[in-house]
Amino acid sequence: MNRLNQLFDKKKNNLLSVYFTAGYPELNTTVDIAEALEKAGVDFLEIGFPYSDPVADGPTIQHSSQTALDNGMNLNLLFEQLAELRKRVSIPVLLMGYVNPMVQYGVERFCAKAAEVGVDGVIVPDLPMYEYETLYKNCFAQHELSNIFLVTPQTAEARIRKIDELSNSFIYLLSSASVTGNSLQVSDATETYFQRIKDMQLKNPTVIGFGIGDRATYQKATAYANGAIVGSAFVKLLGTPGYMEKIPEFIKSIKG
Amino acid sequence: MRYTVNEQGYYGDFGGAYIPEMLYPNVEELRQQYLQIIGDAGFKNEFDQLLKDYVGRPSPLYLAKRLSEKYGANIFLKREDLNHTGSHKINNAIGQILLAQRLGKKRIIAETGAGQHGVATATVCALMGMQCVVYMGEIDMERQAPNVARMKMLGATVVPATSGSKTLKDATNEAMRDWIGNPVDTHYIIGSVVGPYPYPEMVAQFQSIISLETKKQLLEQTGKELPEYVLACVGGGSNAMGMFYHFLEDEQVKLIAVEAAGKGVDSGHSAATSVLGREGILHGSRTILMQTDDGQVVEPYSISAGLDYPGIGPQHAHLHKIQRAQYVNITDDESLQAGLLLSQLEGIIPAIESAHAFAYLEKMKFEKDDNVVVCLSGRGDKDLSTYIKHFGF
Repeated sequence: MNRLNQLFDKKKNNLLSVYFTAGYPELNTTVDIAEALEKAGVDFLEIGFPYSDPVADGPTIQHSSQTALDNGMNLNLLFEQLAELRKRVSIPVLLMGYVNPMVQYGVERFCAKAAEVGVDGVIVPDLPMYEYETLYKNCFAQHELSNIFLVTPQTAEARIRKIDELSNSFIYLLSSASVTGNSLQVSDATETYFQRIKDMQLKNPTVIGFGIGDRATYQKATAYANGAIVGSAFVKLLGTPGYMEKIPEFIKSIKG
Repeated sequence: MRYTVNEQGYYGDFGGAYIPEMLYPNVEELRQQYLQIIGDAGFKNEFDQLLKDYVGRPSPLYLAKRLSEKYGANIFLKREDLNHTGSHKINNAIGQILLAQRLGKKRIIAETGAGQHGVATATVCALMGMQCVVYMGEIDMERQAPNVARMKMLGATVVPATSGSKTLKDATNEAMRDWIGNPVDTHYIIGSVVGPYPYPEMVAQFQSIISLETKKQLLEQTGKELPEYVLACVGGGSNAMGMFYHFLEDEQVKLIAVEAAGKGVDSGHSAATSVLGREGILHGSRTILMQTDDGQVVEPYSISAGLDYPGIGPQHAHLHKIQRAQYVNITDDESLQAGLLLSQLEGIIPAIESAHAFAYLEKMKFEKDDNVVVCLSGRGDKDLSTYIKHFGF
């Protein structure tokens, strides 16, 4: 049982996860930011490994990815940083990124190395279910890595059931049909969608992400799901001067 | 050897649908419905009618006498440049707009490099009364300004892609992001044989009219439907796939795909994907891709905006790997010279993309009776300023 499963066993409500891109705003800030987030009371981390063509991301995370690449971030370096991170941070860590850098690194090697440095799961938006099932599932399982699937308002019920079958930690619900970074507009349709998922009584916990950036959206999300994920709003904060000092206050403003 | 796609959307090792979940319902809807829709008699009739009366098909197969004399073989030009809107891109745009209508979509998005696909898409949207948004790299908007104006005149909104290399790959990223945000009412008309399955197959089928006509025309003109050689330029590879399609099973026909070497394959300014690329995943398919050791996509370069794409379609990657087609490359300078030669020997100013295919004739050795078909995928009007700058007219 990895740290992620332990967390979800123990805590059922109001989980808060934060995403940031490794190597942004500076190459070697990854560990310090992670530590500050844990201290501020974040429940688990999503650390992005940057990619040149992040099609599921809006301008904020595109910018952080490009800056991280320009800073010299790559998977080898990230794994070194994560080994260091595990000496100072104990909350679960997920890696989030696109499939091509992972494939070039070698999926077997990626899984082994991720497990070795204390990663608990992976979110790869453009890794299809078919390829995951046929090629990668055993490798993930062998290294006790959770693979996190996304569900959108357009995902059909049968597919959500299938995703629930294949998942073993939590399901990532997208708040709307959007790339990252657009603020959640809670409408009747959104609430209907959240309620519909809740009523399905999935075996896995759910966490809502995309568009969560303040207390109001966090509360709305956690009313329907086990937790919420803040991404672009936090990455924006990292782009401002004195960001390290602002982290506790930012997290507090969301958790209340 | 199998050249076509399997049920999972793969051509050998290449293809698939590597898309984020946000795009899954749209792509799945297409996958489930496109074969049935395009196989329907009503669809076929309307497609054929529009290709005939609106596009002007069949496009001529022209025996270029002076070019033939120069190279010592029978050089036939497949005149896609004579299509309405000036290139082969219209074939696919017509097919996909009819498909979009039958899927009940109201809004069309597209990416464009040289602007030919953008113009073709804007054209069919005007024809069908559909809203049209075209994403185009900021740099491409500068170097293909006449096509930007054409799209606007046709009623399309042209949105500059300002991320990354500000060219075709980035325009494609932006179009995908738009589609993620508009999953219900919008159809994405991809312009090349790239993207997640079923796009590469669907676009190839719409473009396959090129080789279908060529076979018939060759039979009429030469008494043989199979030529010795078929040549076409390759960026993503849609004109080449259309030109190769009905010759794939005819193993004796040598297929030659001409990539853009830019300033030279080893210059660091090139788009010769088959030489410089490795297997990887971009824009939803596993293919051959120009990338760093870490899997970051490399920005390609070619003087031709339609060829500077860092990948090739997955079926091309397969044909390359199994060596059914030969992938070669031509530099900027060689292509411009070939464009000049075709202009002055045959009175045809080709698009710089197509000129790459003609430039390779210089490097080939022919038997006297060889029949050679070159796909003249587009006309050169849009490239006049580049030709003028280079030759100082």
